[in-house]
Amino acid sequence: MSGLFDLYLQQFRTSLAAMLQYRAALVIWLIGQVLEPLIYLVVWTVVSKTQGGSVGGFTTGEFAAYFIGLMLVNHATYTWIMYEYEYRVRHGSLSFALLRPVHPIHSDIADNVSSKVVSLPGMLLAAVALGLVFRPTFHFVPWAVVAAVPALVLAFLLRFFIEWCLALAAFWMTRVNAINQTYFVAMLFLSGQVAPLELMPGWIQTIAAILPFRWMIAFPLELLLGRLTPIETIEGFAIQVAWIGLGWILMRTVWRAGVRAYAAVGG
Amino acid sequence: MTILRLLWIYLRVGVMNELAYRANFFIRLFQSLLELGTALAGLAVVFSYTDTLGGWRPDEIVALLGVYFLVGGVISVVIQPSMEGFIESVREGTLDFTLTKPEDAQLLVSVQAVDLWGFIDVLLGSVVMVVALVRLGERVGGLEAVTFAAMLTAGIGIVYAFWLILATCSFWFVRVENILVIFQSMYQAGRWPVSLYPGWLRYGLTFLVPVAFATTVPAEALTGRLNTATLLGAIALAVALLLASRAFWRTGIRHYSGASA
Repeated sequence: MSGLFDLYLQQFRTSLAAMLQYRAALVIWLIGQVLEPLIYLVVWTVVSKTQGGSVGGFTTGEFAAYFIGLMLVNHATYTWIMYEYEYRVRHGSLSFALLRPVHPIHSDIADNVSSKVVSLPGMLLAAVALGLVFRPTFHFVPWAVVAAVPALVLAFLLRFFIEWCLALAAFWMTRVNAINQTYFVAMLFLSGQVAPLELMPGWIQTIAAILPFRWMIAFPLELLLGRLTPIETIEGFAIQVAWIGLGWILMRTVWRAGVRAYAAVGG
Repeated sequence: MTILRLLWIYLRVGVMNELAYRANFFIRLFQSLLELGTALAGLAVVFSYTDTLGGWRPDEIVALLGVYFLVGGVISVVIQPSMEGFIESVREGTLDFTLTKPEDAQLLVSVQAVDLWGFIDVLLGSVVMVVALVRLGERVGGLEAVTFAAMLTAGIGIVYAFWLILATCSFWFVRVENILVIFQSMYQAGRWPVSLYPGWLRYGLTFLVPVAFATTVPAEALTGRLNTATLLGAIALAVALLLASRAFWRTGIRHYSGASA
């Protein structure tokens, strides 16, 4: 276990150094991460004001809290692993990772976390700025805020596992853009990015409850904002754990098959 | 006329290159349809809770969406690939070859790459726009048609001048692609009327990054809500920016000494 700990420590050091070299790329990524929730925040603020200050159980201030929170939860859970894998497989640089004596997912997790650490100050600054402009109203419930922490960690793991599986599609196809885009569209509607899921039509809410998307973003967010009952929270944790288990099995299977199918292009 | 003849030549080269990868057509068509479907579904969710958004009716926003796709398509057909190719050629020193050709270098650089499949967005955008206008049931009169054409031209001119000015910076700075990526990221804000955004963001989307002139203003012309001040302002800005970008380009060329070729 201490071996793995040392490995992560070293990997954090190297990827932090690398991330600090690519500051411009991080800033661009950050702008995209802020802009998308900001656009929907603006739209829903206008809708809410037109309808006299609240829509579907959300006041204007609660919309602001929701979308600013969404931005932060999304930042905590995002990965760009699918773009990374398309490049690695296409350019053959995955061959080097395979030669290492540890599973490549460890360095991917370390990279991901260190990119978040580097961009966190920018993200917090954006959140404060948006808070000053849009005046969010929070109703924090102490137990729910505490429960939101493990929910966020589970959401991170779940999203990482699922997107890592998706990234492995690059083993079988060299052009994976269309697949990624389809995934992101599903994510947009089913994880509460276009609108809070409560505002979606019933059939979308049903699909969202079954598929993993809601449990990767919306669940920790709704919990943090105090919009869930204790029963819903326990159910949510159960579904998260179930999906993480499924994701883990899927990941192992796909990885084994993928490495066998991998024909180092170039490299 | 030289510009049309050159554009035609590069278009033919682009077609010949791309026809070798015909499967790309279906992938790009799928991606464009998916993007359009996503945007329309998003509008459906929003408009299930309200009848108007900042004074715009649903079909008017759909018309704006059409303009957004149309202009985005024009950018991705020729402006973006050409400017990216230009920045690359400054870094690699291959711009030397372009400069030795007997045509105006700015013209050559601006049409040097054509991404054929970007026309999918131009077409889809036009269809969406026309369907929205038909559903609005208002006959678009001669005046609206003319002002729309003028505002569309001005908008594309402004976007082109904006990209050219940024790309010309590559004579002095090595990494300017990053700023262009920021433009593409900001462009998605143009799916909604800029009047929705709070003041600071609206100014940013109008003057810092000219998204407003590319999408909102032509859509305003189309839906008959354009005032004379905006009309004249857009034309004046387009002319001023095109002249400024031309002057800046000349300064840049004078500064350029060939990198490696």
